Amino acid sequence: MADNGLLESVLRLVEKVDGGTDSQDVAADLGVDHQVIVGAVKSLQALGEVISAEQKSSRHWELTGEGREIAEQGSHEARVFNAIPDEGLPQNQLMKMPSGKVGFSKAMSNKWIRLDKAHEGGPRVFKTVEAIEDTVRDKLQLVQKGQSAKLEDKEKNELKKRKLLSEVTVKSYWITKGSSFSTTITKQETELTPEMIASGSWKEKKFKPYNFEAMGVAPDCGHLHPLMKVRTQFRQIFLEMGFTEMPTNNFIESSFWNFDSLFQPQQHPARDQHDTFFISDPALAHEFPQDYLERVKKVHSEGGYGSQGYKYDWKIEEAQKNLLRTHTTAVSARMLYKLAQQKFTPVKYFSIDRVFRNETLDATHLAEFHQIEGVVADYGLTLGNLMGILHQFFTKLGLKKWVEVGNSGVFRPEMLLPMGLPEGVSVIAWGLSLERYVDTHT
Amino acid sequence: MYLNNKMLFSIHILADEEFDELCFEFGLELDEITSEKEILIREQGGEKAEGASDVVLYKIDVPANRYDLLCLEGLVRGLQVFKEKLEAPRYKRVSPADGGEPQRLVITEETASVRPHAVAAVLRNITFTQERYESFIELQEKLHQNICRKRTLVAIGTHDLDTISGPFTYTAKPPGEIRFKPLSQSREYTAAELMSLYKTDSHLRHYLHIIENEPLYPIIYDSNGIVLSMPPIINGDHSKISLNTKNIFIECTATDLTKAKITLDMVVTMFSVYCDEPFTVEEAEVVYPDGRLSVYPELAYRTETLSGDFINKRVGINESAESIAQLLTRMCLRSEVSGEGDLIQVEIPPTRADVIHACDIMEDAAIAYGFNNIVRSTPRTYTVANQLPVNKLTELLRQDLTAAGFTEALTFALCSEEDIADKLRKNITETRAVHISNPKTADFQVARTSLLPGLLKTIAANRKMPLPLKLFEISDVVLKDETKDVGARNNRRLCAVYYNKSPGFEVIHGLLDRVMQLLDVKPGRNQGYHIQASYLKIYFNDSTFFPGRCAEIFSCGKSIGHLGVLHPDVISRFELTMPCSAIDIDIEPFL
Repeated sequence: MADNGLLESVLRLVEKVDGGTDSQDVAADLGVDHQVIVGAVKSLQALGEVISAEQKSSRHWELTGEGREIAEQGSHEARVFNAIPDEGLPQNQLMKMPSGKVGFSKAMSNKWIRLDKAHEGGPRVFKTVEAIEDTVRDKLQLVQKGQSAKLEDKEKNELKKRKLLSEVTVKSYWITKGSSFSTTITKQETELTPEMIASGSWKEKKFKPYNFEAMGVAPDCGHLHPLMKVRTQFRQIFLEMGFTEMPTNNFIESSFWNFDSLFQPQQHPARDQHDTFFISDPALAHEFPQDYLERVKKVHSEGGYGSQGYKYDWKIEEAQKNLLRTHTTAVSARMLYKLAQQKFTPVKYFSIDRVFRNETLDATHLAEFHQIEGVVADYGLTLGNLMGILHQFFTKLGLKKWVEVGNSGVFRPEMLLPMGLPEGVSVIAWGLSLERYVDTHT
Repeated sequence: MYLNNKMLFSIHILADEEFDELCFEFGLELDEITSEKEILIREQGGEKAEGASDVVLYKIDVPANRYDLLCLEGLVRGLQVFKEKLEAPRYKRVSPADGGEPQRLVITEETASVRPHAVAAVLRNITFTQERYESFIELQEKLHQNICRKRTLVAIGTHDLDTISGPFTYTAKPPGEIRFKPLSQSREYTAAELMSLYKTDSHLRHYLHIIENEPLYPIIYDSNGIVLSMPPIINGDHSKISLNTKNIFIECTATDLTKAKITLDMVVTMFSVYCDEPFTVEEAEVVYPDGRLSVYPELAYRTETLSGDFINKRVGINESAESIAQLLTRMCLRSEVSGEGDLIQVEIPPTRADVIHACDIMEDAAIAYGFNNIVRSTPRTYTVANQLPVNKLTELLRQDLTAAGFTEALTFALCSEEDIADKLRKNITETRAVHISNPKTADFQVARTSLLPGLLKTIAANRKMPLPLKLFEISDVVLKDETKDVGARNNRRLCAVYYNKSPGFEVIHGLLDRVMQLLDVKPGRNQGYHIQASYLKIYFNDSTFFPGRCAEIFSCGKSIGHLGVLHPDVISRFELTMPCSAIDIDIEPFL
């Protein structure tokens, strides 16, 4: 930080002028380098609203090192001219002068001097005129005095070409009084310290204002994945509605539970290689509830339970094929079958877990996504009940319009009765994709 | 499907909104209102659309099993019956009007190995217009894509009966012995030649695989040896139908007889409307190799008896049996109250093959009643909710790991073999991985056996983020397990990685300590947890970890996983550049 004496000198100068002053003028007035004043301006700015300083830039001409030398000692050609006595000077001696080479050729082209090559004792240089006018020096001296405006552009460019002048951009400040202008400096503290609290010195001190525009420092914490946060929300809604979570931690499923048990015929396009990931190892499931499997086979191939069936040749080989489950409804089927093996009690089940489709990955197709599923099994459930519970579910989500969010329906008797569920029991269910919900509603 | 709205003026629907509402009432979804021009502009740009028709088209979503709504004829008929402008027609199978013998299709035993079933029928004195003809062709194509499962289950052939003469023979022959001029070709080809000709046909090449590798190809001849068709690929040119065709012989060959019967019923019920005797279909006989004779089309009507109470209870409404019978009749299910209690006799026509159970009738009653008119009600089902223990534990741990400064990643459960083996310096046979037989890309070859590759890929995708990167995931991996019915099981794992300029083993170790504290397991050799150098792994297993920087984690004496500094080769193979430490544990022992 610049010392307080300088800062106060700057402030006194600023006080004297109305409408402000340029930092370059301040530097000239105080007789210090401009960069020192720039430092002082920055220090003053840090003190708050003492001054206001607006940065500006200006271009001006400045002497180069050689230019300064010429302004002081005269141009090379003038120095050569002045060094030659009336009787002349041997050329080799003249060339030894610091300005010799450049000065000689310039003085020659100015016709100030001449060279007598045939002179006895070697080539000798003689003056041709009595007196000369050193215009180069005069021009440079004008620039040095800050009067470069008196020169024509052509002249300045000429001197620039001779590397005597250079055009520089100077960044300076236009300094005006600030809202809390004062010519005396009070040092501001950056932070409150334990010592200040102990000594009470904080009462006398001024504190540097905070920059409230800046961002804070990010807390050192981790984050939950946004999609998993929404999964937690859905989970919470189901739990609030009294739904029990199903064990969906089995990505590998047999075609039997994924399709056949749901009364999905074996030629259904969803069972195509193009849509479903089948498993090569372990390729086949090897254990099924045998009597239930027979009932499933029968309802597909012959009908029964009031159904015509699909009337086709149902094959165990097709049912055995392992796959990556295409929906969590495969788990719902396992749960409903399990439920049917006990004395019936009403249930409400839910799950939110991964399902798989044989897609090529792109922006709109995922090979795996999360399916949200709700299932209610009880005596006498109606379509009105299904619509009622959907309404409650989506109201909890804050959605008014929910018809296009997912699918819902009543499980078919051809699915439920072979499991052994009592005749009067209905099962209503609905499902949606977590990813699709998040894409369209958040 | 697209419908031209001019055709619908016959049911007095003028405004788009009205049509939208009618579709909704009828259980269909009006997807879009557009025109040929608009479709062309959207798909091929403005220039191509110049001069195209701007007659309004309705795009309607039809439920997959409503084959009777796949063509304009069926849809208009259905809507007219629904609006009670028309009584549902009765479809009749009739004998030849001239008293002659019915057309006959004889199936030989050679078909048994390739495509054993066939059914047939005749449409007499039909009158086509350009629009009717196009609709007839389009319906066949839609049935082929839909119920016929891209011709694998059923293939339809339609022929100008006046160009051929029965009895017809459905047989199967070696491809070299079949020779005929197919539709749209100018010369004869052998079947073998046709198969290579159609390899490049954008439409037909999709069906070649159905018979390509069979020793015998299905083929239908007339009594003069003229080829009608080589199902399921192509018809003969000789018998092709045109706008002027009056009498049509329809054959459907199949691997699924039920679906063949339904397909035939659909074609004849939809288009018999244009016969001189509307809604009549001339029978055809099919003779099986064993001499059995069947008459088609079946056009079977079936009656279901159910009670008004059943419908009311399932839908959640309170309507009289008479009113329910009326609702069903509007859905083309002609119904009458039998007079016995509230029993209703419901007749299912041959067009409604989708109705296979009383629950389908219930659904139609609900549609006709109007879903929006059903009063919503909450089920009284009383239950107590339970969380799945492994998910409950997962939820708690996820919260605490983020509080510990780690960020949750969500990665795919499927990956390449390389991800779980080579890149982790493991042998694929030792991973116990479940393999996928039909992946479309290498990204889905196996189910993951470790969460680590997913986390490392996530880091690679986020290399620009300021260091250190601290990520975790708690999710399932899949392992082969012979004790399970399907031979595999999921396993819930916790995996975390620390990626920085220094390996940060102590950070990952500290995370283990925190997790164990949360699980209420104290440090200690017996009842607690401890880690110990896993030297064996270095010598006997191509380890994922840096030699001497890997420890096995034990809890209550049981190994639950590993932690350590990753091997530099593993880091490089995931295109990473910084040291990285990781922990991978099974959390199921803590349930």
